[in-house]
Amino acid sequence: METETLWDWSYVAEILPILAGAAVVTIEATLIGFALAAVIGLVLAILRFAVPALSWPVAALVEFIRSTPLLIQIFFLFFVFPEFGIVLDAFTAGVLALGLHYGAYCSEVYRAGLEAVPRGQWEAAIALNLGQTTTFRDIILPQALPPIVPALGNYLVALFKETPLLSAIAVLELMQTAKILGSETFRYNEPITLVGLFFLAMSLVSAAAIRLVERYLKRRVAR
Amino acid sequence: MTMPMVRFDKVTKRYGPLTVLDQLDLDVARGEKVAIIGPSGSGKTTVLRMIMTLERIDDGVIYVEGEPLTHMTRNGRLVPADARHIRQVRAKIGMVFQHFNLFPHMTALANCTEAPMTVLRLKRKEAEERAGDLLAMVGLADKRGHYPSQLSGGQQQRVAIARALAMRPKVMLFDEVTSALDPELVGEVLNVIRKLGAEHDLTMLMVTHQMGFAKEFADRVCFFYQGRIAEQGSPSELFGAPKNDRTRQFLRAVLEAG
Repeated sequence: METETLWDWSYVAEILPILAGAAVVTIEATLIGFALAAVIGLVLAILRFAVPALSWPVAALVEFIRSTPLLIQIFFLFFVFPEFGIVLDAFTAGVLALGLHYGAYCSEVYRAGLEAVPRGQWEAAIALNLGQTTTFRDIILPQALPPIVPALGNYLVALFKETPLLSAIAVLELMQTAKILGSETFRYNEPITLVGLFFLAMSLVSAAAIRLVERYLKRRVAR
Repeated sequence: MTMPMVRFDKVTKRYGPLTVLDQLDLDVARGEKVAIIGPSGSGKTTVLRMIMTLERIDDGVIYVEGEPLTHMTRNGRLVPADARHIRQVRAKIGMVFQHFNLFPHMTALANCTEAPMTVLRLKRKEAEERAGDLLAMVGLADKRGHYPSQLSGGQQQRVAIARALAMRPKVMLFDEVTSALDPELVGEVLNVIRKLGAEHDLTMLMVTHQMGFAKEFADRVCFFYQGRIAEQGSPSELFGAPKNDRTRQFLRAVLEAG
C-alpha cells in the first residue's frame, strides 16, 4: 500500500492552474470591493462633514455597519435581499458587502483626514469665495488624502484577507476552490497551504507597495 | 451723503453668554483706510470676520455698498441671506489672515489663479497674467513657481495679499497680518500695504498692533474696548490727544511694551 505523503508535488502541479484561476476572482473581488469602499467611505465622510443634518444618521449607519459581522452582512445581501425583490448573484452580493463594510471603516479614516486640515484653509477658501465643490476638490481633499493613504492601505490588505468569507455564499474564489479540491481528493494539505501562501505573499507585496506610495506622497508634501 | 462702502447697523455678536460685539454702528467710506486697535478680546478681529462672513451675526445688519450682506430683501422685508446671496455680495471683499492660510499644495502662482479660474471663470492664460502682475507688484515676480513652504513668512504674506487682490475686491480686510512675522520681515509686508493704499482706490480695514503704521497710514483709527468702539478719530486725534481713559491706558501700555 502506498504511504500517504504529507506533501505531493504532482498534486500541487495539478491544482495550481485551478487555484491560479480562482486567485483572479479573489483579486477582482478585492479590487472592486476596495474601490467601492474607497468611494462609499469618501461620500459618507463628506456628507457627515458638509451636511450637518446628515451628520447623526450617517454616524449611526457607520456604527451599525462596523458593529455587525461582515459574514452576516454577506448573508443578508445574498439570502435576505431576494425577499425584497433584490436578487444579486453571489459575486456581486459579496463584493457589495465588502465595499459597504470597509466603506464604513474608510469613512472614519477620511473623516480624520478632513478634520486634520487646518481651519484656516476653509476660511481662506471662503475669503476667496470658492464654491463648496471647488473647496473640497481643489483645497481640502488634496491636503486630507495624502496623510491617510497608509491607513486606507491597511484596510485594503484587511479586506483582501477577508475575501475567503465569500466562500460562504459559494463565490468561486480561492478558499471555496481549495475546499472543493480538498473534498474531491480528500487532500486538504496542499490546496489550503497554497492558498495561505498566496495570501501571505500578496499581503507582503501590498504592504511594500503602500510604503512606496506613502514615501512618494511624503516627498510631494514636503516640497 | 454718499453711500458708505461698509456699514454696521447695530450689529451684535455673542459667543454663548459672552457679548463680543454690542450693537456696533460703524460706517466706512469708499477708499477709506480704517485701523482697528484695542486689547485682545475687545472684538476687533470679530469685526473683520463678520464682514468676511466667517462668523454669523446674532443681531443687526451689515451692508456692503448699500446692499445687505447678512440679509436679503424678500417682499420688502429683510430676511437672513441664503448662501447664494452671501456669495454674490462677498465677492466684493478680500481678506488677509494673520497666519497667511496659503494653500500649501499649490505654488505661489497657483494660489493666485485658483479663485479667479474657478469663481470668475477666467481662462488660465488671463488668470496667470493677472496673478503674475500682482506677484510682481508685491515684489515676488521671481517666486511664482515656489511653494509656500519654500518662502519666508513675509514672502508668504505678500503672496496672500496678491491672492486676495486677484479677485479684485473693493474692500480689503487685514487681520493682524504682521503679528506672526519675525520683526525683520514686518517692514516688507507693511510696504506692500502702503503701496496698495497709494495705488488703488481700495477700502481697507485693518486690525493691527503696529501703532506707528496705523498712525501714518490710516484715515481713521477706532479703539475697541469690550465689544464697543470706545473712541475713534483721526490718528492725530486718537494718538495725540486721546479723550477716553481706556484709550490712554491702552496706548500707554502699548508704548511701554514697544
